[in-house]
Amino acid sequence: MAHIEIDAPGTTQLLLGNEAIARGALEAGIGFATAYPGTPSSEIMGTLAPIAKKMGIYAEWSINEMVAFEAASAASLSNIRALSSMKANGVNVIADFLVNLQMTGIRKGLVLVVCDDPGGMTSSNEQDTRPIAKWLNIPMLEPSTAQECKDMTKRAFELSEELGMVCMVRSVTYLSHTRGNVRFGRLPENKKVAHFDDFYNIDDPRQSRYTCGMQFHPYKQSEELLKRFAKAPEKCENSPFNSYRGPEIPELLIISSGICWTYAIEAVSILGLQDRVGILKLGTTWPLPEGLVARYLNKSDKVLCIEEIEPFVERSVMELAASLPPDQPRPTFYGKRSGHVRAWGEQNLNLAIQSIASVMDIPYTSRQSQDLEYRRAAQAVAQTLPARPLTFCPGCPHRASFWAIKIALQLDGRNGFVTGDIGCTAMGMISPGSFQVRTYYAMGGGVGVAGGFGHLGQFGFQQPVIAVCGDSTFFHASIPGLINGVWNQSNFTLAILDNSATAMTGFQPHPGTGITATGDPGKKVSIEALCRSLGIHVEICDPFDLNTTIATLLTMMRDEGPAQVVILRRECELVRERKEKRNPFRVYVNPERCIGESCGCNRLCTRVFSCPGLVWDRDAGKAVIDEAVCVGCGLCADVCPRGAIVKEAL
Amino acid sequence: MSAEDLKKEPLNVIIAGVGGQGNVLMSFLIGNALVRRGYVVTVFDNYGASQRLGAVASHIKISKEGLQNSPLLHEGDADVIVGIEPIELLRNLSQFGNPEVIAVANLRPVYPIGVISGEVEYPELDEASAAIRRLSAQAWIINATDEALALGNPIYTNVILMGALIGSGVLPLDVMAMEEVLKEQLPKAFEINKVALHRGVDLVKAG
Ligand code: SF4
Ligand code: SF4
Repeated sequence: MAHIEIDAPGTTQLLLGNEAIARGALEAGIGFATAYPGTPSSEIMGTLAPIAKKMGIYAEWSINEMVAFEAASAASLSNIRALSSMKANGVNVIADFLVNLQMTGIRKGLVLVVCDDPGGMTSSNEQDTRPIAKWLNIPMLEPSTAQECKDMTKRAFELSEELGMVCMVRSVTYLSHTRGNVRFGRLPENKKVAHFDDFYNIDDPRQSRYTCGMQFHPYKQSEELLKRFAKAPEKCENSPFNSYRGPEIPELLIISSGICWTYAIEAVSILGLQDRVGILKLGTTWPLPEGLVARYLNKSDKVLCIEEIEPFVERSVMELAASLPPDQPRPTFYGKRSGHVRAWGEQNLNLAIQSIASVMDIPYTSRQSQDLEYRRAAQAVAQTLPARPLTFCPGCPHRASFWAIKIALQLDGRNGFVTGDIGCTAMGMISPGSFQVRTYYAMGGGVGVAGGFGHLGQFGFQQPVIAVCGDSTFFHASIPGLINGVWNQSNFTLAILDNSATAMTGFQPHPGTGITATGDPGKKVSIEALCRSLGIHVEICDPFDLNTTIATLLTMMRDEGPAQVVILRRECELVRERKEKRNPFRVYVNPERCIGESCGCNRLCTRVFSCPGLVWDRDAGKAVIDEAVCVGCGLCADVCPRGAIVKEAL
Repeated sequence: MSAEDLKKEPLNVIIAGVGGQGNVLMSFLIGNALVRRGYVVTVFDNYGASQRLGAVASHIKISKEGLQNSPLLHEGDADVIVGIEPIELLRNLSQFGNPEVIAVANLRPVYPIGVISGEVEYPELDEASAAIRRLSAQAWIINATDEALALGNPIYTNVILMGALIGSGVLPLDVMAMEEVLKEQLPKAFEINKVALHRGVDLVKAG
């Protein structure tokens, strides 16, 4: 779609924030890029990987964020600029390595782009990466527009080299996934030579400076780190990414950063307060440009911080205010602490308007309340509209897998349950997955938790436990949990829902697919061979073969022995469809056989199984296939107890 | 090319549909056509977590100059809403509509899971049409999916609707601008998409 690789300085393209980040990395002359898919960050690598070879870059989808970031650091240590990108949760995964790398410092620019997800729209939580930057003394840039996504990413590489440390760029969903005009800069000439040298420590040339601890006492490295970081404030102080808009002496000073800055600008103009309210935009949120902020704190009695998730800037600014000379007047602070800014979830224009109006103590009449009659009619209509809840796609193998798990647990009858994992399989928590998933925390969490449940037998625990993970999450973080369970003889069944794709985030390849990020052949890693090498019982089932799958699950659950694995393997329907471009079956409901409500099946097919391709015809009182939606997978034919649904091979 | 003055600043567009219907392509094409004409464009495709069959709304804000706008429309502030699916159009009209808003509608339902299972009802199509008219100053209601099927494939639905949007004259874009961007972005399928685009324009001109 977008062409981020063209060398046409001065031209403008419409780019996603994430595409702009990728372009910024190209303009910075990176040679190495790694990532693990995670919404809202995936398009960064998604954009870089297809053009990597052409641009002389090594690009990799790694099996998890930790190895991704570790690999990127090797490039940096070998004099090659490197980028690693991930979602906020990924920073937890790399934290151990990052803490230590930050102690020794880096060589060539190493930039970590993290895409936070305020509101947790496509995440298990809404954690904020900025406190981690503060904790580890990592400079943090926060772009507000797609243009800044590009410019700041480029700048982050320079900053990383100037300070000799990792530099972070923080985006959020509403920035990463918004397209905006981006004016291109120059692409640098491509001459890069990697060599791992220049690692000698000044105190002892026999010792490499890229090692942590040992005879190099950690406290000494802390001292070095703080010395390096001490140069950061002055760089932030003069950054062109910090700016002020508003009157010389504002009644209210708003301090904002990232996407929230666009809300603040628009809110002030909607409220008509441009002459009374000033907005200080911070592009460098850690370290705080203290001199700049202090100058503006001096001009206003009221300060309002508008930001997402943590009151990060708010706390930093208050900390700064506390350290100002005693004769400088203290403004009153408004924000998340005072309750003027919502403390959770994402911000938006409406919330910004409310926050500013309440601090300024002015009334605000929304457009809606002006058109009362229209609003009433609109509300009346809105009430009649059916919602559109999340569901698995028609033909999705996960619907079959969770159906089989549900039936197997019912047949077993001992109150068994499922421990879940991140990804499409998470929908096992809700209706399309028959509500089977009972715990859901983190990548690899399903099998780890199951390992614990499987040891509770001595306390009278008798419920069978099925841990579920996807193929991508198996490679990411489930392998240690499985090995631990096998070694310690924990009793559980691991069901690996192998759909041969990282489907939730857009079909990135992983080791099981045998294809790399750049579309080149890699070594295919066999999930079953890996599991069998542990000396455990491993079965492979096609979840569309419901009876065999149910029977296999039942046998495994009833076995008292240690962990076992069942691989429920069927390609993601969207991947299959892209490849085959035709349906496997023609499927239809035989109206003679379907006796609907009077059958006693309780409309199992539509009410319980609920594939969007199978609809309930109210007038006829029977099920019917919607040919526009059905992909002809044939699964529902096996669900109907009366054999009313017919599948014919095509 | 330098941009002309807009009727309103920013000019706000929503394209409402269901995952898999081609919202993202449509907002991408329109956004690109606008950038080529020198406008400052902000496009956000709001689709949550699902790959297919979830509600999708693309928010497009168009400015003559200046900086990128905030991603989502303010409530009640749409100038035109295109609905690839009728109840998604109504959902967005009721949140972002106002007495002056213009609607371009495809009257082809995609049933949500609750309707499929018979838990809730889908509004009758006459009712839906009446509601679309009630909640807009002007509405073009067409059956773009049938028109697309007549061209051989339902995937042309959104290009037909795009033609209808251009034909309605709300955007600072003419057919030429859309043809240029179609040629650039979909070179292999250009001819058939050009036919679909013109079909959409004609439907609006006729109705
Ligand atoms: S198709 Fe089968 S399961 Fe569905 S309502 Fe008819 S008889 Fe019942
Ligand atoms: S065959 Fe049945 S289960 Fe498969 S997509 Fe069609 S309606 Fe859904």
